[in-house]
Amino acid sequence: MTDLPTTTERKLGLVIDLDTCVGCHACVISCKGWNTENYGAPLSDQNPYGADPSGTFLNRIHSYEVQPEAGAAQLVHFPKSCLHCEDAPCVTVCPTGASYKRVEDGIVLVNESDCIGCGLCAWACPYGAREMDQAEGVMKKCTLCIDRIYNGNLPEVDRVPACVRTCPAGARHFGDLGDPDSDVSRLVAERGGMDLMPEQGTKPVNKYLPPRPRDTVEEEIDILAPLLAPVTEEPGGFLGWLDRALDALPGGKS
Amino acid sequence: MHPAPSVIIFTTLSGLGFGLLFFLGLGLPDVSGWIAFTFFFIAYALAVGGLMSSAFHLGHPERALKAFTQWRTSWLSREACFSVAALVVMGVFALGAVFFDAQWRVLGVIGAVLSLITVYTTSMIYTQMKTVPRWNTQLTPLLYLTISLAGGALLAGQESLAPWLLALAGGVQIAWWMRGDGAFAASGTDMASATGLGHGKVRSFEPPHTGTNYLLREFVYVIGRKHALKIRGIALALGYALPILLMVLPLDSIALKHAFAGLAVVSHLGGIAASRWLFFAEAEHVVGLYYGKR
Repeated sequence: MTDLPTTTERKLGLVIDLDTCVGCHACVISCKGWNTENYGAPLSDQNPYGADPSGTFLNRIHSYEVQPEAGAAQLVHFPKSCLHCEDAPCVTVCPTGASYKRVEDGIVLVNESDCIGCGLCAWACPYGAREMDQAEGVMKKCTLCIDRIYNGNLPEVDRVPACVRTCPAGARHFGDLGDPDSDVSRLVAERGGMDLMPEQGTKPVNKYLPPRPRDTVEEEIDILAPLLAPVTEEPGGFLGWLDRALDALPGGKS
Repeated sequence: MHPAPSVIIFTTLSGLGFGLLFFLGLGLPDVSGWIAFTFFFIAYALAVGGLMSSAFHLGHPERALKAFTQWRTSWLSREACFSVAALVVMGVFALGAVFFDAQWRVLGVIGAVLSLITVYTTSMIYTQMKTVPRWNTQLTPLLYLTISLAGGALLAGQESLAPWLLALAGGVQIAWWMRGDGAFAASGTDMASATGLGHGKVRSFEPPHTGTNYLLREFVYVIGRKHALKIRGIALALGYALPILLMVLPLDSIALKHAFAGLAVVSHLGGIAASRWLFFAEAEHVVGLYYGKR
């Protein structure tokens, strides 16, 4: 049923470090690769090598420029995927019960054989986390790699979402955000992890760690800089003579 | 929001059809036999035609029956249930009126109420979307209901009632537009809250992909926005003003009266379709903020 559970036993989710992400898009590729080859309908592309390519992705990386009141602008790479919200609006709008939130771990999933492809859940999601697959006509979303995290056939180190496993910068962390003593919860507490669009009332499980303040760029680049200032502002010598000579030519001073 | 033709046709025609069913259920006009058949045929053609059209925008229409199951939380599911209930009850009522010259009044009133509730459930599908501030207001159900009642009265030939209901719907329409224009700014959702990067001015530096995607096609529809004001004028003139004028003109000839009433219906339908196009095309989804767009 599309009733949301009042509580879930665990709150599995991601913590994404905006300070560390280098914007390499490796997580986008590993996500697309894993989720095309495993659980559910493949993530299709339309016209992938043509003039107007587009496709289904469960994870997209934006880049933002932040210009503070004073100081240098910052570039922040911003991975965005399903936040597995506690109060997930995408689940309750579903007319067929295809969308649901699991009681045991809080993961929001789509049962693709029940999905009629009405698209209403994507309308209800403020984060753009759900995308309708154009080839399959069903809604696709992040599963938190449910077929990896509980997969006994994989080595233990691989039992994390593909995006987390692949991130070369260590900017993505996976764990139980319902347990205040878990590594991810402690990270959120230490670094002031935040919700996206808190005013939408979705209570996201995934948290974002804000970028740390950058080292300030001094106005004076080097203590020797004053000594390197130009010694004269007016041309002298040969250039001075040339300047005066050209000015003396008919046509006036320039 | 992308103004999908299937959804515009659906909300326009079904709203009108269920509005007509509302008046027929109340016995306004009190008809039987062939005249009743004609009225009910028009109402069902509009209501069912609209519902069929809405099925075209589904990815998997063959699974549509599943949509009757989640009425506890989903307005779309409630709409499916109430529309079928209204159509079945009014169908039985229509059988009585057409074949037995009977007005089963209790059944008619129940059907009328179910028809209005169906329109209400349609409007709530949009109203519930916090992600689209322009829709997220109690004025949206009021708009859908008054338009449905006005159109229904027009089609049911309620000469005295229709102009007043049209004027009322037109008033709600203007109020809805005026509130909607400031809705996004008033919602409190902006690029700072979307990204959590409120320590400075946030600008989208680079989108995730060089091409477009489902989200941009579905939620960031900007074509025709520059003409919005003109289309509002057309919607107001055709949807409300002209039908009122055509209804209140003092005419002696019955034939001319019928011709003008028919013209009023066509004009109303065109105006409401324009208004519905704007309903979607002007609606801005908050996800656009992630792309630095509205």
